Amino acid sequence: MEKTVTEAEDEYVPSARRIERERHKRVRTRRATAIAALSTLVTATVLFLVVTNSPGWPRTRETFFSAEYAREALPKVIDGLWLNLRLLVVCGAAVLVLGLLLAVARTLRGPVFFPLRALAAAYTDFFRGLPLIICLLLVVFGVPALRLTGVTTDPVLLGGAALTLTYSAYVAEVFRAGIESVHPSQRAAARSLGLSSGQALRFVVLPQAVRRVVPPLLNDLVSLQKDTGLVSIAGAVDAVYAAQIIASKDFNYTPYVVAGLVFVALTIPMTRFTDWVTARMDRQRAQGGTT
Amino acid sequence: MRPASLPRRRPTKAAALALAVTAVAAVAAAGCAPQPGTSDAAPDAKASCAPGKLATEVPGKLTIGTDKPAYAPWFQDDDPANGKGFESAVAHAVAKKLGYGKDQVVWQTVPFNTAFAPGEKKFDFDLNQISISERRKKAVAFSSGYYDVRQAVIALKSSKAAKVTSLAGLKDVKLGAQVGSTSLDVVNDVIRPKQQAAVFQKNDFAKTALKNGQVAAIVLDLPTAFYITSAEVPEAKIVGQLENTGGAAEQFGLVLDKDSRLTSCVTGAVDALRADGTLAALEKRWLSDAADAPVLK
Repeated sequence: MEKTVTEAEDEYVPSARRIERERHKRVRTRRATAIAALSTLVTATVLFLVVTNSPGWPRTRETFFSAEYAREALPKVIDGLWLNLRLLVVCGAAVLVLGLLLAVARTLRGPVFFPLRALAAAYTDFFRGLPLIICLLLVVFGVPALRLTGVTTDPVLLGGAALTLTYSAYVAEVFRAGIESVHPSQRAAARSLGLSSGQALRFVVLPQAVRRVVPPLLNDLVSLQKDTGLVSIAGAVDAVYAAQIIASKDFNYTPYVVAGLVFVALTIPMTRFTDWVTARMDRQRAQGGTT
Repeated sequence: MRPASLPRRRPTKAAALALAVTAVAAVAAAGCAPQPGTSDAAPDAKASCAPGKLATEVPGKLTIGTDKPAYAPWFQDDDPANGKGFESAVAHAVAKKLGYGKDQVVWQTVPFNTAFAPGEKKFDFDLNQISISERRKKAVAFSSGYYDVRQAVIALKSSKAAKVTSLAGLKDVKLGAQVGSTSLDVVNDVIRPKQQAAVFQKNDFAKTALKNGQVAAIVLDLPTAFYITSAEVPEAKIVGQLENTGGAAEQFGLVLDKDSRLTSCVTGAVDALRADGTLAALEKRWLSDAADAPVLK
């Protein structure tokens, strides 16, 4: 078509119908944008008015959004956040390693591995079911009560151990789902190429499995990030607890809002990172990687 | 091809629908919002404190809040209604002064953290060893104080911390205290320990950490310290009590809603109980005599 147009003697003149169609499209687009803007504006205004005109608003503002308390709380919340971040990095790494080991143990074939499979299954069943707060209480206060020499009584280390126990059970199931989603023909093909069963797992199955479960894994990490604060049950002061200390001292909830926003600010980069990782993997796959 | 003219009206309809839904939601929300002073009893600036006729949450009843579990020696057997324990006795004495008999008192469980939430309160007053402070008065109203508090330090008898005899000696000790307590303020503002203090949700956790050696000493109010060392953790002892620093003595007060019409009546009742010696008698009956704990300076 184009060729004929450029070589034609007379200029291309869009038909009247086409012009009408494009005009119509433009009008429709403009109107859609206007309606969306108006509707958003009305919704926002209505929400704003409902909240600010509610009879309790002045006190709510003073109790939850006090600039004075926000300034007072922020440095202490940030101090506490350092504990959350350290726990997140150390426990996150430990959870990924332990979770992967458990998942591999659960998917091993062969009768000789039965005890290992059974143990891994029992572990995931138990720690996935046990409420995290109970796991934390048992580890953080129960282990020191045994009075074993050489075992730490540091609540942060013990709390980190409890977090790792619980989260590695979740993550193991995510990895297992990934491993089982790889079609058996992949393993069979790898074996027929002469790879040992370990090599088939290492070079063929796991790369595909891990790639598929990256989004749920990062989901679990975000969840872990928020739960690191539960370690404060044994007395350590994390960001949320730092907020609670101020809140219950002066009866003002603003520090909680500050701590909440800090966590949201921390989660957003993690979410964007997930998106980026997923997009990169999709691109690699589209270029003819293994699928 | 004909331009699609038929569905053209759809967006308008959808938009109208969306706007209508928003408007309805807004009206509903506004309808739900409480309108103070319309449904309640007639607002009366000079609330009368006529016995048994106060503008309480539930007419004819006095609703009193406290946390659960309710700890000794402030309460007994985790049952605030039995009138045993210092705060239970004080609450019932105040109720009686206001003209409410024991069977007209209703107890509500109010977790400490919600006692100061804005919005309507589910109690007429709350008592839970809550210290009066100027900054807290921005969020709630307090009656006058019904108990003068002193803070104490407890440690395991076998530990090094038990041998401390001065305030300065506590600086090197790993301390613990309960969140939201003035004990924690004392740790941070008066003792200023070298290691960051451990902060616990409940004194129960602090006690466990003390027994485990995760903290060397905990700071709490003197009556609780007496109760813990005599009944719950006998292997611990009171290292000493801390003098009140700063001008005014720390006092526990009854917590009321910031706009409560009962505040002046309740304060009047507490003042009358102090004047006629009832508070002193209740203190003597339910709280150990604290005189023999050495003062750490």
